[in-house]
Amino acid sequence: MAELISQLQLYLGYPFVRYALIVGVLIALCSSLLGVTLVLKRFSFIGDGLSHVAFGAMAIAGVVGLTNKMIIVLPVTIVCAVLLLRTGQNTKIKGDASVAMLSVSSLAFGYLLMNLFASSSNLAGDVCSTLFGSTSILTLSKTEVWLCTVLSVVVVVFYTLFYHQIFNVTFDETFARAVGTRVDAYNLLIAVITAVIIVLAMNLVGSLLISALIIFPALSAMRIFKSFFSVTICSAVISVGCAFLGILIAILAGTPVGSTIVAVDAAAFGICSFMGLFTGGSK
Amino acid sequence: MALLSCQELCLGYDGKEILHNLNFEVNAGDYLCIVGENGSGKSTLMRTILGLQPALSGAIRFGDGLKQSEIGYLPQQTVVQKDFPASVWEIVLSGCQSRNPLKPFYSKEEKELAAKNMERMGIQDFARRCYRELSGGQQQRVLLARALCATRKCLLLDEPVSGLDPKVTEQMYDLIAQLHKDGITTIMISHDISAALQYADHILHIGNNIFFGTKQEYFASGNGFLPGKGGEGNG
Repeated sequence: MAELISQLQLYLGYPFVRYALIVGVLIALCSSLLGVTLVLKRFSFIGDGLSHVAFGAMAIAGVVGLTNKMIIVLPVTIVCAVLLLRTGQNTKIKGDASVAMLSVSSLAFGYLLMNLFASSSNLAGDVCSTLFGSTSILTLSKTEVWLCTVLSVVVVVFYTLFYHQIFNVTFDETFARAVGTRVDAYNLLIAVITAVIIVLAMNLVGSLLISALIIFPALSAMRIFKSFFSVTICSAVISVGCAFLGILIAILAGTPVGSTIVAVDAAAFGICSFMGLFTGGSK
Repeated sequence: MALLSCQELCLGYDGKEILHNLNFEVNAGDYLCIVGENGSGKSTLMRTILGLQPALSGAIRFGDGLKQSEIGYLPQQTVVQKDFPASVWEIVLSGCQSRNPLKPFYSKEEKELAAKNMERMGIQDFARRCYRELSGGQQQRVLLARALCATRKCLLLDEPVSGLDPKVTEQMYDLIAQLHKDGITTIMISHDISAALQYADHILHIGNNIFFGTKQEYFASGNGFLPGKGGEGNG
């Protein structure tokens, strides 16, 4: 044990490890806050769908040869997020179907493009690192850390200020509209923030595992707690704790960061479900 | 000035007209029941009154200082709500949002209003309970308390008893009648004509033939809308 702690101290001495921890925890916090709303609005899969869109956009950016891929990836993802969350009830293709459709097609096109116009010799490695998270979480620059911090503050402030409106929009959109809440504006904001977080989180866990960051904390919290407020708080706490623990384990054991975090999240869900049996949360 | 008046209203969506040339008005203290078969345009009319969708033509006017966003609306329950982790208190309080949709926190006065309306609905003991654990009738009372928080004058109820058993249905109707007696103008949408005739004082029947008038006029008209034909609901 003492050996582990001294090893940890050694690693924490490196700035890149501290950066990874900060960014990881912040992204986990933001995604868990949004996750509560997204899961309850039946958009659990939006994280998956959008991250595949981001994957496709990244492939396009790679083919075009852009050095700063964000110029393409971020706008494309935001547009898709807005389109997906806007659809609502009265569309020809239902929400889940359109998410699934968009998700698989952008995955396919992205891979196709990468194959046809392969720029590097290690294609499989490139694809794998985009899907399952790369080591880029460990090579973050100071600017990226600041960007992430600012963004998280914006998300948390937005969530705190408009908490009651978000509750109303999530619980009963029609009623919210009827009492004059600007439902469309909130949905738009939620969509944009979701897209931004997903693009940022791709660095952390890769595009396949982002869904986990969004849905696991919310679902775990819903096992135990019964009010929206306590679910939100608990979800944030679980998510931050799991991300922190996950990154530490990954560093110490040398496992991939993304999948380790998700594994910890899944374990937390198991524990919460078990506790829910006794506290009488959702069955 | 009537609380709500509709003049030459044509309703529909996607360019298709469902209702043509609808004229009616609701005065303060009325209990209007809107009846009609499925697909006759009851929901469309309700959505238009609430401002959720535009009318094809014609006008809806609000009087007596009633604003569109101050109608207390009791919607039908959605799938999302079935397993929603929210306490009764949070839901009732959310009705206060109509007062000031942009304010980040609820004032003390609004919290008192929510508490008062919960008492009125007899659900004050459930304040900390989870919405999804309540029975259908209790859930409906929670949503009614929320609607009361959103309004001072006028309730719009969309099929308030759908899915409730006969005993709870009667309790619900009595509760609504009590609110009406307390001075709240009530507009109810229902396919249950017998209940409509028992509780309401004005009837708006929509469908192929449009009828609007008091209950007595409706009886007198005797033009085929009477119970038996349309009373196959819960009543």
